[in-house]
Amino acid sequence: MKRFLAFFAVCLALCVLCAPAARAVDGYQYSYTYTYDYWEDIRRSPDAYRAKLMISGGALGVPGGLKTPQGLFVRGEDIYICDTGNNRIIQLRLTEDGAQVLRVIDSFSGDTEPKTFSSPRDLFVDENGDLFIADFSNNRVVRLDKDLNWKLSFTKPSDATFDQSMNFLPKKLVADTSGRIYVLAQNVNKGLVKFEANGDFTGFIGASKVRYRWTDYIWKVLSTKEQREQQEAFVPTEYDNVTLDEKGFFYVVTKTFSENELRNGSAEPVRRLNAVGNNILVENGHHFVIGDLQWAAGNTNITNSGPSKFVDVTVLQDDIYTVLDSTHNRLFTYDQQGNMLWAFGGVGNSDGFFNRPVALEHQGLDLLVLDEAGSLTVMTPTEYGKLVYEAIALYRIGDYEGSAETWRQVLAQNANCDSAYVGMGRAFLQQEKYEEAMQYFKMAQDTINYSEAWRLHRMELVEKNVGWVFAIAVVILVVPLAVKRIRFIIWEVKQEP
Amino acid sequence: MTAERPFASKGWWRRFWETLKYSFHVLFHPFDGFWDLIHEKRGSIAAANFFVFLLLAGRLMTLQHTSFLFLRVYWNKVNIFQQCISLLLPLGIFCLCNWGLTTLFDGKGTLRDVYMATAYALVPYVLAQLAAIPISNWLTKDEGSFYYVLTSVGLIWSALLLVCSMIQVHDYSLGKTLLFLLMTAVGMVVVVFLLLLFLTLVSDGIGYFVSMYKEINFRLN
Repeated sequence: MKRFLAFFAVCLALCVLCAPAARAVDGYQYSYTYTYDYWEDIRRSPDAYRAKLMISGGALGVPGGLKTPQGLFVRGEDIYICDTGNNRIIQLRLTEDGAQVLRVIDSFSGDTEPKTFSSPRDLFVDENGDLFIADFSNNRVVRLDKDLNWKLSFTKPSDATFDQSMNFLPKKLVADTSGRIYVLAQNVNKGLVKFEANGDFTGFIGASKVRYRWTDYIWKVLSTKEQREQQEAFVPTEYDNVTLDEKGFFYVVTKTFSENELRNGSAEPVRRLNAVGNNILVENGHHFVIGDLQWAAGNTNITNSGPSKFVDVTVLQDDIYTVLDSTHNRLFTYDQQGNMLWAFGGVGNSDGFFNRPVALEHQGLDLLVLDEAGSLTVMTPTEYGKLVYEAIALYRIGDYEGSAETWRQVLAQNANCDSAYVGMGRAFLQQEKYEEAMQYFKMAQDTINYSEAWRLHRMELVEKNVGWVFAIAVVILVVPLAVKRIRFIIWEVKQEP
Repeated sequence: MTAERPFASKGWWRRFWETLKYSFHVLFHPFDGFWDLIHEKRGSIAAANFFVFLLLAGRLMTLQHTSFLFLRVYWNKVNIFQQCISLLLPLGIFCLCNWGLTTLFDGKGTLRDVYMATAYALVPYVLAQLAAIPISNWLTKDEGSFYYVLTSVGLIWSALLLVCSMIQVHDYSLGKTLLFLLMTAVGMVVVVFLLLLFLTLVSDGIGYFVSMYKEINFRLN
């Protein structure tokens, strides 16, 4: 019993000695702007964006206001809204405290019928001012020049690869500089429908691969014909929106995935497609690019729960992109490496909150969110947001010192910013201050950079203490031999008489 | 023996040290080692306890001091007692089940022997675990294989020693040992199930009286 008690006492003492310092657990869950740390915990962050303007349909001074608008496009100063319910396009410019309507486009001239729109869902304006309009219910995409003269209609492909039993229902589109257009059509899951500049259909690009597991195959074999019909079909996912970045890559978003696929990273709700249609989005962050990691928490007035479902994406400078989520009506910004910079927004009627956001665009660094309820919100970066953008931009052009200095200012405002720790760590690495670099990388849980800093620091340590290393090696190798020899001599001496 | 060498007396410490040192002999000569451990009284329960203590200490120190390159600990969710229990409980249940089963089938080992042999068999795992801590802090991520190889070698070595120890302790053939290790595993599952069942029933039973007390209290006031 005594022994047992002693054993127990030692155990207890050990527990106390090894116990980690208590960590404060912040019970405060709600914030307008936040990010996630390595452990998927919500970390509050200073606001990166604030609502600058909220333009409702009534304030525009156009009859009928905005009725279920679906599409938004920005070209230079001009903002185009697809006023879907009113079958028209509204072109406007922002002013100091509102917006000024430049044009209301509800018909055009030219040798085609009809000359009006029916539920236009999206539009694209090229650099010459040509408009490409996804005229949803008229089953066509029309190309108009900047004076609204009809140039071309893209209609249902007669090709066999396009299901002829279905109507051509274009819902989103982009055009490249040579006038080729890429259309997302409803009920088409083969990817983007590609048309040449002359209107010819030339195939699909970027269809997502069909995935199924071998267990699915076994179920399929075992089930009866009726059961098979009930099961979900293995079809590729349909994309929900598309945008082009400066380099001509497509960013697409999809809402079709299972929660499991999100968790294991195979869902890829945001994709960057190259010309062949492969996803080349970089996801080097601690988490996959899936928006919210906690699916119910984060908002006090939860109306929805579940994973983020992205409806639009826009690509800002330096390959930073922002996605718009329709589950919690939030915006998530990721940097080029796939690290979440911040998340903000929410469900509500006050400025900076949304009811049914459907489209997202950017003008410079400002973000424009179109709400289906009939409003356009213009969000502008705060001091904090601008600093982060600047730090990333400086790093991209190779000004590591300047970048680190900016990251230092970011850290002063937000000690939870992992990117800032990594940014500063990199600068220390450049200056060969490895120990400091290690400290910063460790705080951001960045194992790869930490390893690099440690490797260099370790080399330094070994070089500095090479004398000691040799001394210890000599002691370990030589001393036992010497001792053995001396013992042998003593033994021999004793044997002598 | 305990009478001859009272706890913490000089003789006791000497024997403790001898039995501790003997674990190294067991490491490299498992068959003779385990036979002598039991039959020549070369081992001691004190040393076995010490190894179990090292196992716990090793686990806790691993959590605390392993480089974050190889092990990241979410301290908000770590419960130190849970960590200890998660090692001690399986060990205890293993010893009990193994002894219980082998006693019914000609096993020569007593519960004491089984515990001692198991603890001695854990030594490579414990040592590898302890050695891995400084090593993890010396390696970079690319060199991580060294770390993983070291910990796996410790684990595999311990598993082999466990098999050898069971052969010698119970005087079984290899096949019979493996069979009874498997049976022990099944037995452990059964014991855990019964424990859970028992705990659930007891907590339900207590909950019934607690709610009845509350109800009566509520009516009376």
